[in-house]
Amino acid sequence: MAEGNGALVSVKDVDKIFRRGSEEIHVLGGLDLEIPEGEFLALMGPSGSGKSTLLNLIGGLDRPTQGSISVGGQRIDQLPERQLARWRGRHVGLIFQFYNLLPVLNAERNVELPLLLTHLGRKERMKHVATALEIVGLSHRRGHYPRTLSGGEQQRVGIARAIVTDPTLLLCDEPTGDLDRASSDGVLDLLSALNREHGKTIIMVTHDPHAAERASRTLYLDKGQLSVEKAA
Amino acid sequence: MRFLGLIWSNLRRKKLRTSLTLLSILVAFVLFGYLVAIEAAFSMGVQVAGLDRLVVRHKISIIQFLPISYEARMESLPGVDAASHQTWFGGIYQKPTNFFAQIPVDAEELLDMYPEYILSPEEEAAWLSTKTGALVGRATANRFGWKVGDRIPIQATIWTKKDGSRTWEFDVVGIFDGAKQGTDLTNFFFRYDYFDEARSFGEGQIGWYMVRVKDPSKAAEVAAAIDREFANSSAETKAEPEGAFLQGFAKQVGNIGAIMIAILSAVFFTILIVAANTMAQSVRERTSELAVLKSLGFTHRGVMLLVLAESCWLGVTGGLVGLALAWYLISLGDPTGGALPNFYFPTDKLLIGIVLTVLLGLAAGIFPSLQALRLKIADAIRR
Repeated sequence: MAEGNGALVSVKDVDKIFRRGSEEIHVLGGLDLEIPEGEFLALMGPSGSGKSTLLNLIGGLDRPTQGSISVGGQRIDQLPERQLARWRGRHVGLIFQFYNLLPVLNAERNVELPLLLTHLGRKERMKHVATALEIVGLSHRRGHYPRTLSGGEQQRVGIARAIVTDPTLLLCDEPTGDLDRASSDGVLDLLSALNREHGKTIIMVTHDPHAAERASRTLYLDKGQLSVEKAA
Repeated sequence: MRFLGLIWSNLRRKKLRTSLTLLSILVAFVLFGYLVAIEAAFSMGVQVAGLDRLVVRHKISIIQFLPISYEARMESLPGVDAASHQTWFGGIYQKPTNFFAQIPVDAEELLDMYPEYILSPEEEAAWLSTKTGALVGRATANRFGWKVGDRIPIQATIWTKKDGSRTWEFDVVGIFDGAKQGTDLTNFFFRYDYFDEARSFGEGQIGWYMVRVKDPSKAAEVAAAIDREFANSSAETKAEPEGAFLQGFAKQVGNIGAIMIAILSAVFFTILIVAANTMAQSVRERTSELAVLKSLGFTHRGVMLLVLAESCWLGVTGGLVGLALAWYLISLGDPTGGALPNFYFPTDKLLIGIVLTVLLGLAAGIFPSLQALRLKIADAIRR
């Protein structure tokens, strides 16, 4: 999946400008970044620095104003909307700060959601779901609805949903931002294991230096520019 | 099929709201049922009027009489298959509000002219052999609890008898049903020979003629020929197809029908707007969830179709239950106790109702689904 130079993700000269009425907000300016396959990257920086925006661009949730973004050698910024949606479903697992589980579905059905877009039959889907829930240690809670799960458990269901399609990239936007220390450590242990044992490439946006310590590399973003780089 | 579970789960999200929306749609379609039944009642059987039948009346007004001798002259015209006369009796049974039409007719000609009236062979034989006999439509017989063998007194308002009496007595010899839905089952027919012999004036005069043409496609030409035949006579005629005649008759009470239909239509569409608003609100409440679906790989169009499927499910389920309930309630009969004798749910309107349930679902869901279509993931996920 990685490009010839070893980078799975390649961000080149990316600008992102938001428009609010006549006002233009430059969030990212001429940003370059390469992320090799199998890396666990932490993105840190103050609020409004453009971390989540960069994550959204790499995940195909948004498009850059200028520049190119390639993942596994494919220019995702040029994909038509429909193909981009399919690409997301196949290659990206998203983990959100507030879990974003559907409250009307139980854990099992939440994890099954991305598989509804595949050609798998119900039996096969359930097999994948069982595996994902087992990896996050929540097999025993598969019939529970989000409101009956703790924050840490909800985030684990979120992680199971993100990995159920076996994606190339895991993108985590403040995955521990809403958790206490113990739950936070549990989630970080899980992400580390997914990176180490399953070879998942992970990009994690975080404010928490303790969380960033788990990453193999940390990048600091400020005013739309990558300023400092620290390898673990 | 794999998305049905997701749609169903979303519908169950707020059970009370979904139930109330379903209920409002159900009520709207019960109203729709009544709307079309009332419309059918006010059109008084126009839809089932014989295509091969003409009504021939006095050119000035239906209350002017025509000579009975016209019948033979009409039957001799090319294109005319048969003719039969009728007269308005206008009597009262017990009290003036007990309205129904009483019509003296030629006994044999009636059976020939209206094959849609269903009678048993015994009833037909009794009708032909009993001079004071009367044939009563099922609706009127049920309304007053009459059965074969009953003697019915009718007070005349126009036709006094030769002995000065106003009371005419008839023996119910048959109760007819209709071969077609919408057949007028309110009429009370009795024999012209009895009527003509006993009435104190107007002998040899009748109210109007029913004329059957040989070829329905030439009905207009035959009507014109009949009018030409009696042009410049003391009693000129106006011949027209039975449907047009009934339509004109219905227009006399049409304003009341139009007002009722307008009111019910307003209520119907108000309920539809409420249902659409509820759907829109339901979508607004889960903007971030729809964005999450998109982030998982659902396309814009896919999410739009999910929202549309939800509103269509609500529209079709509520609508079909409403139509079924309306069908049942209307089949119980005229709710006014006789003012709307031709009260039924026409099958073609039922089909229109079924199509409307889908259209309602689409109309209620179109704006929320477009909202879902345009939703930008990055913006919505942060909300």
